Amino acid sequence: MKTLDLAIHPLREVNQQLHDLMSDDCAHPVEILNPKGAHAIACGLRVPAHVSIRGHTGYYCAGMNERATVTVYGSAGTGLAENMMSGTVRVTGDASQSAGATAHGGLLVIGGNASARCGISLKGADIVVGGSVGHMSAFMAQAGRLVVCGDAGETLGDSIYEARIYVRGRVASLGADCVEKELRAEHLSELTDLLRSAGMDAEPTDFRRYGSARSLYHFHSEHSSAY
Amino acid sequence: MENVPPGLRESATFDRNVIHEIQRAAATGVYDIRGWGAKRQLPTFDDLVFLGASMSRYPLEGYREKCATDVWLGTRFSKKPLHLDIPVTIAGMSFGSLSGAAKEALGRGASAVGTSTTTGDGGMTDEERGHSKHLVYQYLPSRYGMNPEDLRRADAIEIVLGQGAKPGGGGMLLGQKISDRVAGMRTLPAGIDQRSACRHPDWTGPDDLEIKILELREITDWEKPIYIKVGASRTYYDVMLAVKSGADVVVLDGMQGGTGATQDVFIENVGIPTLPALRQAVEALTELGLHRKVQLIVSGGIRSGADVAKALAMGADAVSIGTAALIALGCNDPRFEADYRKLGSAAGFYDDYQDGRDPAGITTQDPELESHLDPIEGGRRLANYLRVLTMETQTLARACGKSHVHNLEPEDLVALTIESAAMVGVPLAGTNWIPGSGGRI
Amino acid sequence: MCGIAAFFTKSSALEPHLGAIFAPMLDCLTGRGPDSAGFAIYRDPVPDGFVKVVAQHPDRTCDWERVFESAGVVDSIKRIGSHAVCVMQGDADSIRQQIQTSAPEVALMSVGGNIEIFKEVGLPCDVMRQFDLRSARGSHAIGHTRMATESAVTTAGSHPFSTGSDLCLVHNGSLSNHNTLRRNLRREGIVFSTDNDSEVAAGYLTWRLLCGDSLESALHAALSDLDGFFTFAVGTGDGFAVLRDPIACKPAVIAETDDYVAMASEYRSLAHLPGIDGAEIWEPEPAQVYSWSRKSEMHLAAV
Repeated sequence: MKTLDLAIHPLREVNQQLHDLMSDDCAHPVEILNPKGAHAIACGLRVPAHVSIRGHTGYYCAGMNERATVTVYGSAGTGLAENMMSGTVRVTGDASQSAGATAHGGLLVIGGNASARCGISLKGADIVVGGSVGHMSAFMAQAGRLVVCGDAGETLGDSIYEARIYVRGRVASLGADCVEKELRAEHLSELTDLLRSAGMDAEPTDFRRYGSARSLYHFHSEHSSAY
Repeated sequence: MENVPPGLRESATFDRNVIHEIQRAAATGVYDIRGWGAKRQLPTFDDLVFLGASMSRYPLEGYREKCATDVWLGTRFSKKPLHLDIPVTIAGMSFGSLSGAAKEALGRGASAVGTSTTTGDGGMTDEERGHSKHLVYQYLPSRYGMNPEDLRRADAIEIVLGQGAKPGGGGMLLGQKISDRVAGMRTLPAGIDQRSACRHPDWTGPDDLEIKILELREITDWEKPIYIKVGASRTYYDVMLAVKSGADVVVLDGMQGGTGATQDVFIENVGIPTLPALRQAVEALTELGLHRKVQLIVSGGIRSGADVAKALAMGADAVSIGTAALIALGCNDPRFEADYRKLGSAAGFYDDYQDGRDPAGITTQDPELESHLDPIEGGRRLANYLRVLTMETQTLARACGKSHVHNLEPEDLVALTIESAAMVGVPLAGTNWIPGSGGRI
Repeated sequence: MCGIAAFFTKSSALEPHLGAIFAPMLDCLTGRGPDSAGFAIYRDPVPDGFVKVVAQHPDRTCDWERVFESAGVVDSIKRIGSHAVCVMQGDADSIRQQIQTSAPEVALMSVGGNIEIFKEVGLPCDVMRQFDLRSARGSHAIGHTRMATESAVTTAGSHPFSTGSDLCLVHNGSLSNHNTLRRNLRREGIVFSTDNDSEVAAGYLTWRLLCGDSLESALHAALSDLDGFFTFAVGTGDGFAVLRDPIACKPAVIAETDDYVAMASEYRSLAHLPGIDGAEIWEPEPAQVYSWSRKSEMHLAAV
């Protein structure tokens, strides 16, 4: 176990050490101490390292993550795992705004709640939230899956493209072109896999599915108020 | 002229163009979307002239006495600033908006003369990286195709807040240009009309931008210069804030700056011309004590070496060309006149980039049309044009006694109109008068 | 754009350490706001019939005696850097008007029973040192670090703004209709000394309170009348409130224990607080007024 203490080493040094890890170093997990809300911790990783962060992080933790497994034992600030390409990012507590923003691949697991714009502009990653998500979640989400075990705030999935959303609790309101859709066998199967990967104990049939009505795919003047 | 009976009087308010537009709106129920930048008459660099050498100032000999043109970009914080041979770069234009052949031609031409190209709202193609000696990677609100691998193989990163054609607007690409390849790069269904965000998804405001810049620097180990691009609007404050957020370079795009597809009303009615914006930007940098330390690249209606030289004299470190580069490749070439006529347009007027039916093969995704542009020939033409821009700039700089184009200064200029004198802050030719110098910004 | 922070003690136990706790909160927000800084500290309440006035003048040789005596009966004057704190007899509104008339050359920072506002151009650490924040004691503090957006970097343009007795406001964000609001509020008799959008927000609240609104109703009305992006922290004589606009792009984090409530733009600013590991930490919801005072527990105003 390699320990990097942000109370002693500056962020640049900690991130450089993480960036210098080669693929064959990854057997030994790395622990980062004393984050105290610092920003950009463990961003830009690209080897299958295991990184644990003990405490709360600031913005953009694990930003653009590739192949690594990053776990925050605490809560995370804005943009957790933003633009992630692959790998797994977990936070035991809550995530602030824009969690998983524009992420292309990999899995983001949020143990607690996520605030506004969770999965905004999602481009293929999977996000599983144990609690609730705030307003404007999955805004313009293009691909990937968002699973919410709690409730969803206002205007869920506004201007959504092909991403799929599953919510177990209450949806405060749906955004433009986002509609409830039939939960078929293939969706239950997909949801089961996602919940299992996330380690969440929830019954798939308790969820409802939401997605694009696809009526905004071509501009028509009758729909101009939705733009 | 046309066969209009004598004695008829056209309305200046409701002229034929306005009538046509109202009737088009009535027929379609859709706003007019087009490419190109603001077309209306605006104060431009044409309103400025240089004070060449005379009794009190001596010129440099052309061809024998050196007038250097190189520029360093990104010296403030980055480990690997860019060193370009000429102070003219190719502006951000997306693959998707432009054809693959066009992007390749731009890369070839820019590399031949030692300058950079810039990706656009759609990500980086392998061809572009392969053909461009220096490549600037745009970071936009949409984040289409954004990934850390491309971030690392870029030479600089340009965070886009907006562009001159539509400060405050997001990207637009219509279904006819969303080919399979474009759709794949942007993670969109093929053939749909792309909607784009106008705000970044995970930061709003310069205070949070500062943190975003930290993240991008950390991901790239502080190697790459970070540019911030703004459309000309509240330029003085925008430049101040870009600097305070941590930019290495500011890219300023005036309202004449082109676009692949935007609402006509947006292009013509939002944003300010390049001329006054440039002056504000230099003033902000000077006040912060960072002129030339945070470099300034200006774009929007740069056409000739005269424009380049004047922009440098006003304090820019470099200029960027978009529309002019496409014209060099062959956009609006009279040899396509018959094709333009079939599209309801004409050479010199064609701006329907959004349709994707460009006969020149530049702003299209149609493979047959794209074949009209030979990327090697296009690259050669662009390189020629860039060389002419550079030589013209040097000619004017030498005439003002400068051994480096960056030694051009505002005092080398005078204005021919009251508006330009006020906007630029130089005297009206033949006088000591700078209108409006009593007021602040 | 900026950093904002607030610290409110629920009982007198932490009062001696208010400054020592609050100063690092502001220091942490220097990146968000390097241009200028300011804070309101609520301490040393004056007896009934008296008010405390804080004013500023760039010239240290300013004749503060003349300034204050021209407005009323002075009890004491304390100079701190470019500011002066004066306790005088009278009521807040008439004293405020009187000083604005008789000594227009000074900048009025605050008027009230226990509020003291200090603000200056410069790095937050320098500003805090100038006014000795670290050793201050008091019941609560509201502070701000500024990155100027559309107005100049000046002392007067710094936050907190106070346009009413014991009332102050700090703002992170950018209002888009502040010019029209300012014109309308001027017609209602509110006086502005800058072109700053945040001062307009403070003036708006003052106006609503003068119209008889409670602080919570005034903040609720702000949601309809103010356009743009904002996180506000508002201080009153015995408490404070937080409000975010409905889009809620500008950040806010709150930490609460049995002893205090703290709010800041970033968690980083709260990380050093005593007992933070056991604190309840959450983000305020958009368009929701949160308020605390010594008299009551946290109150979520009905929206």
